[in-house]
Amino acid sequence: MSSDLAGRHNATPVLAIEGLHAGYGRVEVLRGIDLVVGAGEVVTLIGANGAGKSTLLKAIVGLVHPSGGTVRLRGEDITRIRPEQAVRRGVALVPEGRLLFGPMTVRENLDLGAQSRRLSAEALRADVERVFELFPVLSERAAQSAETLSGGEQQMLAVGRALMADPALLLLDEPSLGLAPKVIAEIFSALDTLRASGLTILLVEQDAKLALRHADRGYVMRTGAVALSGSAADLLADDDVRLIYLGAWHGGGEG
Amino acid sequence: MGTTELLQFALAGLKNGSIYALVALGFTLVYAATGVINFAQGEFYMLGGMLSVWAYADLGLPLPLAALVGVAATALVGIVFELTAIRQRKDGDPLALIIITVGGSMLLSSLARHLFGPNERALPLFSGGGNVSVAGAVLEVQTIWIVGITAVSVAGLWYLYNRTALGRAMRACAVNRDAARIVGIDTRLMVTVSFVLAATLGALAGLAVTPLTQTAFDVGPSVGIKGFAAAILGGLGNPIAAVVGGLVLGMLESLSIAFISSTYKDAIALIVLLGVLFVRPQGLLGRSGREKV
Repeated sequence: MSSDLAGRHNATPVLAIEGLHAGYGRVEVLRGIDLVVGAGEVVTLIGANGAGKSTLLKAIVGLVHPSGGTVRLRGEDITRIRPEQAVRRGVALVPEGRLLFGPMTVRENLDLGAQSRRLSAEALRADVERVFELFPVLSERAAQSAETLSGGEQQMLAVGRALMADPALLLLDEPSLGLAPKVIAEIFSALDTLRASGLTILLVEQDAKLALRHADRGYVMRTGAVALSGSAADLLADDDVRLIYLGAWHGGGEG
Repeated sequence: MGTTELLQFALAGLKNGSIYALVALGFTLVYAATGVINFAQGEFYMLGGMLSVWAYADLGLPLPLAALVGVAATALVGIVFELTAIRQRKDGDPLALIIITVGGSMLLSSLARHLFGPNERALPLFSGGGNVSVAGAVLEVQTIWIVGITAVSVAGLWYLYNRTALGRAMRACAVNRDAARIVGIDTRLMVTVSFVLAATLGALAGLAVTPLTQTAFDVGPSVGIKGFAAAILGGLGNPIAAVVGGLVLGMLESLSIAFISSTYKDAIALIVLLGVLFVRPQGLLGRSGREKV
């Protein structure tokens, strides 16, 4: 089934990673990652803390410098791109810890999300309205500073800010972290809406069951390498995955 | 002490405070963009005066044009300094960058001495030697220029910071550099812009003061310390706090002359600096603790 889904969009994949190595200083975190995300796919990356999931997202956008391998975006080599260039090419990251502009307002955070595009005031407002449709609570909070929002609202703002870049590929780093189940459901329902609209998404999650339920395919990472990959349905049914990741991570604490 | 005398001291405090505010703004803008204290900030003040004198006395330009040349040339020095010395340190290690700015400070004052000589040099007063009487106190017209230049600079900077896309990007960069980068802000460009602004503000201060105090190759460090103390007093990284810190420091110095002795005037900045660092390290307007979102 996984080859079906990847093959369905047999044109150039949106993201193709080959043999990627990266780390911090001399500590190698990624040891030869191969990963493909086809157009319109939602692909999730699961695995224990420290497996290198966040590092992979950072390496894609250039916050961490790859030491080997290639990253291709729609066929073009973007390995070792600078983050400000990555977003111009259409890769938007919802980072670990959200990294909002805390003292600035919700509206300013969203406007800054479109920093990489030269939009007229009207076009900017129209895109902000689209984010507000996806997350209505943000429109009520538009004039509030980001740091006064609840954790869930901050996560919504982080997703909204990334969407303001009008990305071809959305990278999400643990959007459920530290949030109440009801809020998580809200955010994942928004992700389903984005998925239905055809947006290509690479989702890093610690809650494997949740992630696989909202994805087409999944990769299981273990100590810097891909241990297993397949369709979301196959992974959900896989005995090893159930035992190690779904059981152990069921209920998903902070870990 | 009568109210007239007190007013006289307050006017002197306002004049010096305005200068400290401009220099403090330079510190704070560079700090916001880089996380680094630029110890060459005082040299931008020195260059603003020295290069204006050079354009006026040596090139024979009329005063307004000479002032423009002096400030623009200092801004250019700011750009060159950032591109050749700061940007080359690719990892942005703060300690290394601070040492680079200390070296830059020495280099700039040595160059100024080499090019313009060791003597004090002066500019004419901007609009003659008149005084104005304010409720019995004497106000030099040049002081109006100093305070006016500061007020216009602060207003311009406020507009840039709060009403333009460039200013919003600078603020975003100050909050979190990684966050700024992932939304597409070129943080290296923001660092260059911060140095241009810091050099321009320092140069304006040096230019405005030179007709009253004269200038020389070695005036940078002492004003740099005052501006640094003012930036710390207000709260480092916040432009409004820098202005408040500058004005408060100027007033404190003036009051110390009025009520204690002029002997201790220059020590006030250091006492304030130490006092703030011991008691309220985030400054008067600073927020306590790390901002976390």
